[in-house]
Amino acid sequence: MTLGPLLIGIYVFVLASFVGFEMITKVPPTLHTPLMSGANAISGITIVGAIAAATTGAPTVANLLGALAIVTATINVVGGFLVTDRMLRMFGKKKK
Amino acid sequence: MSHEVIRSTVVPIIYLVSTVFFIFGIKQLAKVKTARRGNTLAAVGMLFAIVGSLLELGVIDYRWIGGGMLVGTIIGAAFAIRVQMTAMPEMVALFNGFGGLASALVAGSVFWERVVEQSATGRIHQVLGTDSAITVMLSILIGGITFTGSIVALLKLQGNLKKGQPILLPARHFITLGLLAGSFVIGGFAVAALAADSVVLVLVLSGAALLLGILLTIPIGGADMPVVVSLLNSYSGVAASMAGFVIGNPLLIIAGAMVGAAGLILTQIMCVAMNRSLLNVLVGGFGVAEGTGGGSDEYTNVTSCGPEEAAMILENAESVIIIPGYGLAVAQAQHAVRELADLLKARGTKVTYAIHPVAGRMPGHMNVLLAEADVPYEDLLEMDVVNPEFKNTDVVIILGANDVVNPVANKDPKSPIAGMPILNAYEARSVFVVKRSLSAGYAGIKNELFEYDNTMMIFGDAKKVIQDLIAEVKDL
Repeated sequence: MTLGPLLIGIYVFVLASFVGFEMITKVPPTLHTPLMSGANAISGITIVGAIAAATTGAPTVANLLGALAIVTATINVVGGFLVTDRMLRMFGKKKK
Repeated sequence: MSHEVIRSTVVPIIYLVSTVFFIFGIKQLAKVKTARRGNTLAAVGMLFAIVGSLLELGVIDYRWIGGGMLVGTIIGAAFAIRVQMTAMPEMVALFNGFGGLASALVAGSVFWERVVEQSATGRIHQVLGTDSAITVMLSILIGGITFTGSIVALLKLQGNLKKGQPILLPARHFITLGLLAGSFVIGGFAVAALAADSVVLVLVLSGAALLLGILLTIPIGGADMPVVVSLLNSYSGVAASMAGFVIGNPLLIIAGAMVGAAGLILTQIMCVAMNRSLLNVLVGGFGVAEGTGGGSDEYTNVTSCGPEEAAMILENAESVIIIPGYGLAVAQAQHAVRELADLLKARGTKVTYAIHPVAGRMPGHMNVLLAEADVPYEDLLEMDVVNPEFKNTDVVIILGANDVVNPVANKDPKSPIAGMPILNAYEARSVFVVKRSLSAGYAGIKNELFEYDNTMMIFGDAKKVIQDLIAEVKDL
């Protein structure tokens, strides 16, 4: 049996989905918002695709779309992790 | 080391490390003690991913990449640092929208470069490969829906767009489902089309996706937005995963799929807490009365009192439970509430908080707000823990919560909220309801708790009322 790249991708997609389901089953309600926010920051992983889409300096439409993708994905990543940290910092301090 | 070795060995290992960081990050985010470290781990994983992607590309022109990341970092950090804790749900919605948009743009960029700029001939599925062609269309569709859907959710959370009320177009189900089906057809045609014809189809698909995001979200009321944001968060994960298929990157497929699954689970948890199905939420229009008669919605026998009277009752209370709701967030009353609780505790009163799973506009919204005001974590009690306590409690103070304390959910099987688990506040000896008016809550129904003999309404803004109460308690 040889798997083509698409099938390998589908395998990976399905298995990763199960990992996601299993990880999230038991979460105290306190952490729902930070978890949603943190997971949302991870979905900014699309930044990797965005970087690959703007690799020449030329002002072409494809590069402009790629650059815009980099801006929006970076906002998602940087803002997402920072805001999650801000929320969690507040949980941390009263636990002393 | 040659670039070939870096691409074939080093980069995949870096991506694997990044994946492991994401998995440990999410796992630790799900536990109170380790949550902050989990977030940091995930951020480190992201750094690995970015370094890996740059190594994979080798020496390239960094102007767009560097400039884009700089602009994005400044904007993202500015939002994250300046946002009020009360506006956290809006922030998550906004970031989520940007994530979805980014995935759609990645697909659009790949399409434009390989089809238009290389003046490709032949059919799209030949130019891009069938799998990439399909996932380009899915990325654009899902990413576009996520973007406009999140923006509408943001506006509704802010109370814009008819104050967050459902907006119901005539024949909306027909229009929405028709447009969704139409989008699949257009996407299918685009995959099969000649390169020269496909551009128009992709542009139409993009427009349809953006419109769909709006149409799918406007019929849903503001208080259901947490569920919507959570679902859209799941979508943006799937969109990232589709973008991973487009560029053949397993890291995107994995991280996107994990976020997609996590978002779905969280969405389900929220629906269960409201005793509604996801379908019921997504169909929208919840709480819009459909020809209900006026009679039973009128309030009779409502008692109200001022802060002075309330303070006297509080003086003799041995135990107090505070029930926060969305009104607390709107009034930004969390610090005032903490101050009142400290005052009462100093007088020997036992003060705890009852947190309903769907109180506020996000799961855990109340926890975040109260944590901001340094309320001890141990004082926040979940519904199952606190419900048996109400019978033995002297005073319950309800701050801007409504449907989650409505006893009708337990009593009237025909009520729209029948079966929704509620906080049994009505069992306490005295109940103070701090509210601006007698207006209905999100479910659009009367709250019979307001008519109970042990209930007293204190009309006013939550923060103002609490401050008055603090002044009165200090005078005792």
